[in-house]
Amino acid sequence: MATTKRTVEVALATSGLDAQGRPQRTPLVVGGDGSAVALEAPPALEPDLAGEHMLINIGPQHPATHGVLRLVLELDGETVVRCIPHIGYLHCGFEKLGEYRQYNQILPLTDREDYLNAPGNNIGMAMGAERLFGIEITERCKVLRVIAAELSRIMSHLVWLGTTCIDIGAFTPFLWAFQERERIYNLIEDWVGARLTPTITRVGGLAADVPDGWLDLLTNFVRTFPRTVDEIDRMLTRNAIWVGRTIGLGVMTPEDAVNYGLSGPMLRASGVAYDVRKDFPYYDYETYDFDVPVGTNGDVYDRFLVRVEEMRQSIRIIEQAMARLPDGPINVDDPRVILPHKHKATSEMESMIHHFKLVMEGPRPPAGECYVAMESPKGEKGYYMVSDGTSKPVRWRIRPPSFVNLSAIPRMVEGHLLSDVIAINASIDIVMGEIDR
Amino acid sequence: MSDGFTIVQTGTGAGAETPATPRHVTHRGGAPNPSAEALRAHFPDAVRQVEVVWGETSVYVEPARVLDVARWLHDEPGQRYEFLADVTAVEFRDPEQPIVVVWHLRSLALRRFLRLKAELPKGAPLVVPSVWPVFKAADWLERECFDMFGIRFEGHPDLRRILMWEQYREGFPLRKDFPLRGRFSRSEQLRQALAANPEARYSMEELSIADAFEDLPTEMRQRLASGPRPGE
Amino acid sequence: MGLMNRPDARAVTYDPPSQDGWVATRLDFLVNWARANSLWPMPFGTACCAIEFMASAASRFDLARFGMERMSFSPRQADVLICAGRVPFKLAPVIRRIWQQMPQPKWCIAMGACASTGNIFDNYAVVQGIDTIIPVDVYVPGCPPRPEGLMYGIMMLQEKVKRERMKDQELRHEMVPDPTSKLYIPPSAIDELSEPFGNSVHQTRSGL
Repeated sequence: MATTKRTVEVALATSGLDAQGRPQRTPLVVGGDGSAVALEAPPALEPDLAGEHMLINIGPQHPATHGVLRLVLELDGETVVRCIPHIGYLHCGFEKLGEYRQYNQILPLTDREDYLNAPGNNIGMAMGAERLFGIEITERCKVLRVIAAELSRIMSHLVWLGTTCIDIGAFTPFLWAFQERERIYNLIEDWVGARLTPTITRVGGLAADVPDGWLDLLTNFVRTFPRTVDEIDRMLTRNAIWVGRTIGLGVMTPEDAVNYGLSGPMLRASGVAYDVRKDFPYYDYETYDFDVPVGTNGDVYDRFLVRVEEMRQSIRIIEQAMARLPDGPINVDDPRVILPHKHKATSEMESMIHHFKLVMEGPRPPAGECYVAMESPKGEKGYYMVSDGTSKPVRWRIRPPSFVNLSAIPRMVEGHLLSDVIAINASIDIVMGEIDR
Repeated sequence: MSDGFTIVQTGTGAGAETPATPRHVTHRGGAPNPSAEALRAHFPDAVRQVEVVWGETSVYVEPARVLDVARWLHDEPGQRYEFLADVTAVEFRDPEQPIVVVWHLRSLALRRFLRLKAELPKGAPLVVPSVWPVFKAADWLERECFDMFGIRFEGHPDLRRILMWEQYREGFPLRKDFPLRGRFSRSEQLRQALAANPEARYSMEELSIADAFEDLPTEMRQRLASGPRPGE
Repeated sequence: MGLMNRPDARAVTYDPPSQDGWVATRLDFLVNWARANSLWPMPFGTACCAIEFMASAASRFDLARFGMERMSFSPRQADVLICAGRVPFKLAPVIRRIWQQMPQPKWCIAMGACASTGNIFDNYAVVQGIDTIIPVDVYVPGCPPRPEGLMYGIMMLQEKVKRERMKDQELRHEMVPDPTSKLYIPPSAIDELSEPFGNSVHQTRSGL
């Protein structure tokens, strides 16, 4: 059939959009009678290309895999038939290291595994160690830890937002997000001295109390941060490109989401209202007045909405925490875990012995085990510690939310296009440091 | 597009605990999880022991019955442990103690937390049934447990190493007889790592997809088919 | 002491034929200036340092003022490999392959303590410094280094680039181990030198 150049009105079988609202492929070449002509592959190409599946390797070094993740995709054209993820490219033996470190020495390790939520991890680990010791921390310490945890949540969601926007193609929100992160870095740096890996807690207390004037800085941040969130909201939430690229992708039903062990915004976007802060609370979270956003569609767009709203709710929690911050000591008055004051350690014999034992050997909990879970920005972050009475744990296990969330990616990605894989992968909010440990 | 899922709330089951921050938790002697008693009643032969440490209930079960217990806990309307939080193992420093495989289960409807434990003595093969048929979350969690401890999970669809590379020959890292810095010297570790061609690390599944298996050189096909490769 | 009494007073020689010509020095300057001010980084970011690298590229510590805002994720178009983060053994062949895929001239910055020496991860899984795998030009210490620290390292690299001379034939030469060289130690001897626990000096630290 010769291809003639004339305009024809071809009645398409559909309206041009498929069920997901994406444009359907329309025939490009029309024959003399107006019917579509299937394109034939030029004979120069291998003749058996049609109908075979391609095996494409993404990663481990790739800008959009959020770390060293390797995805092997089986593609039929551009549609993903199967996805096989490979992890382990950042496995650094954290759990093995934990068995050779005292409890306070493990805290810097927790900074480095989920490095976007470093203060939150410190808090989780300290919570677990304090449970093992049977210590109740002071009220001021509790409230400060809540503030740190929520700041950490905001930090993590900002990175997620920035990198997801870059993956999908929007560059500007990345700069806005990282500028806000710099402001939180200033706060954390004023508090403990480090930006990204602060090790903000100690077993039984905190590394340091907040300096004078810090609460004013925090108030300033809390007042101005929502404007940035609104700006990002205005830029993205009703943006046709953003919506078109995120709606309907990677849907997980609530039953599947629970069965696959998803947690955090992934689970809540699928319609299951499980938040560790609400259901298994810690540090008096049940007394704070905040909402937990829950989506109903389980797609990438809902996960985006959930995370943006969580940032706003974190600001709410920080405001309430600041209002109720009591005075008092930050460290519990327990010589088994807290180092004595230097002037006592150098003058009183008993304090000197305590100091010596705590530094050389480390605090020793009774034999036992505990599993503490906290709501990290990625999901349910658990620390399972088993002690045999010595100063180093027998087993230190990190329950990584991103690890379990990522295991559902083969399920989420089937049937989608290649560029959707990137968007879905971004929406899981993975941190390879936590996945591989 | 669907109309959206109905939101599933937590704590809807009868007898759900009200959420509260745990205070003054005692080392031992706390109130056990009611599910432990129900388990003991339903599986009198499978449940060996129940203990409560720092407020958390641990139930020791027979290793062979783990899948039945997990399935009952998942399906039973009064239990509804639908969320598998973690699967891991613990090896104690005392070489006489068995390796303990630990499952952490949560019931979102009843807001409960339960820990199942199965003890595997070290002389015997470390095998335990997989709970993957009940909880898909067990997929990668059990693979990691196998990678780190060498525990085989029967019934797992694809039990292979996940964090270390598949031809890793130094052993199982989290075992207590595995030294912190590994068994080989640093130069040997580097040599083995560099000798591994990153593109060769496709699993058998992927190579069969690509239909490229037929195109591989004969000796490579034989090597892949024969399993762990020496001198990789 | 006067100039005449100093022992190296006669060390300065003036020998026109041995010095570079005017054109060669100007050409050197031009090439090095161009290279130093437009180093396209290949961010091999693995862990926390990658986040600080991203923060360096963001608006507060702008890397664009060094001409480095164009991140090249394809090694074929990159000048400097910035290894930001810890490199486990599973990732070692990948970074080696990426280094080999980069065309000359290429440099490498080991950002952070993990890339420089392995940092706190002295265990079975982590490469104890990427200089065991690829040649490193600048080491930036820190865990993670502050963006200012990374920028100082980049400026050091720029100084290094500006000191290069075209007449130096050996500069871009990637050497393979020469068995006949007196510095060569055969692999079996290396294994004897490094004990089962490797080259780590602190064998008994933290009780192990």
